[in-house]
Amino acid sequence: MRESVESVEIVVDGERLRVTEGMTLAAALTDAGVTAFRVSVSGAPRAPICGMGSCFECRVTVNGKPHQRSCLIPCVDGMVVETGNGNGSAA
Amino acid sequence: MTGAGRENGATAVIDCDVVVVGGGPAGIAAATRAAESGAKVVMVDQGMRPGGQVWRHRDASELPRLARGWLDRLSRSGAQCLARATVTDATSDGVVSVAHGDGGITVRAGAMVIATGARELFIPYPGWTLPGAMGIGGAQALLKGGMRVSGKRVIVAGSGPLILPVAAAMARAGARLVSVLEQAPAAAVAGFARTLWRHPSKLADGARYRSAFARTPYRTGSWVARAEGDGRVERVTLSDGRRSWSEECDLLCCSYGLVPNVDLALLLGCSVDEGRVVVDPSQRTSLPGIYAAGEPTGVAGELAALTEGEIAGLSAAGDARAAARSLARARQRWRAFAAQLALSFRPRPELRNLAEPDTIVCRCEDVPLSRLDPSWSVRQAKLYTRLGMGPCQGGVCGPACHFLFSWPHGRVRPPLGAPEVGVVGGERKQ
Repeated sequence: MRESVESVEIVVDGERLRVTEGMTLAAALTDAGVTAFRVSVSGAPRAPICGMGSCFECRVTVNGKPHQRSCLIPCVDGMVVETGNGNGSAA
Repeated sequence: MTGAGRENGATAVIDCDVVVVGGGPAGIAAATRAAESGAKVVMVDQGMRPGGQVWRHRDASELPRLARGWLDRLSRSGAQCLARATVTDATSDGVVSVAHGDGGITVRAGAMVIATGARELFIPYPGWTLPGAMGIGGAQALLKGGMRVSGKRVIVAGSGPLILPVAAAMARAGARLVSVLEQAPAAAVAGFARTLWRHPSKLADGARYRSAFARTPYRTGSWVARAEGDGRVERVTLSDGRRSWSEECDLLCCSYGLVPNVDLALLLGCSVDEGRVVVDPSQRTSLPGIYAAGEPTGVAGELAALTEGEIAGLSAAGDARAAARSLARARQRWRAFAAQLALSFRPRPELRNLAEPDTIVCRCEDVPLSRLDPSWSVRQAKLYTRLGMGPCQGGVCGPACHFLFSWPHGRVRPPLGAPEVGVVGGERKQ
């Protein structure tokens, strides 16, 4: 792996995080220990299962835009992400 | 975007000879061959860059030579690639609506190649909605996306040849592989392996993958019966039908092979039989000007997809005879391989009984098994429970219900996927 080659900073639920530039956001959130990417309609935590954009379980809010599939988004410096692990503001 | 200037939310129009939907091996081969034949080609793909799932990469140096070769050839071919673009609607006269960034693009083409790949079959079991449980392909995608698994306890279970490369990749990335399980009986797996003499490269790949996780047994005739944990997967119950045992793990990769993505084909009105798009030897579907290649016509992997993609691309560009001549024999071999694959790794009936009354079947709408009546159709389930009506539009629960209840495919209506309101633009011509 080319860790540390190009590291960028993203903000996840208010916490700053250094990640490899271009890694998928879903991978970065998993590494960061996020379990509830979103909260389901009956209140259960959910995380990605398909990794390719078809299950919609990895939805998070990115730069204020809700319901973004984090498995289809590369990490970019300055990205602000809110997950279901944040203050109940689930995507 | 070249050509028409595009404001946010507005729709640009691209005219071309051939539009290819999907940027995996089939789409890449189709777009490349069509463009090399002189056609103006647009390839639409949801990924960040061409490659699909099997050739997913962040840097081309990670890829095998075959994949690098095709990607080079694609970029030299003159085909235009729209990445991170989702098809929301299409009509059989070659008009494709695409959500791209904050706006929409309408592609108008003389011919279309459906190269939409496949998705994983998930069979619901108690605990499958817990974070930490995902598909085998899903885990591979996240791993390729940079997920770290070093030191994590990982179980890879389910069915099909994908188990081997994913278990190998996990081991190479430093995971502690707890168990590797294949639900198919040993005899079926051995029978499949015996047919591989026709495909020596696959046999060699298999051996190489297996040696990467040599210390963990590859157990056939065994499956995941249950996952448990407090807010995430912590323990998994495994079974071989006679006895069951429990393992602790951090990441559970469990899915049952691939099912063709046929939503676009169904939307257009192509004939689909047993979940596969019906095609002739030049990859023509039942509709004029619409071709299909790769997994949508029957799951057989990347090499089959390349062959079918080449044929579809040449056919769509008006060179069908050349395609049939040079590639017909390979195509025949791959179709036999697809049939063998489906037969050998058919999910066993016991897996129908894993879900309990409170096990979620539709994850978008949280519909548990107890609310579903096996005598229903997909349509009734939608009406009564909202099953399949969430963002994934039955992408996960559709194949699951087909396996559990033998429900046939529901009708597909636009929009495909779940684009944002405002992105779905233009009128639909009937």
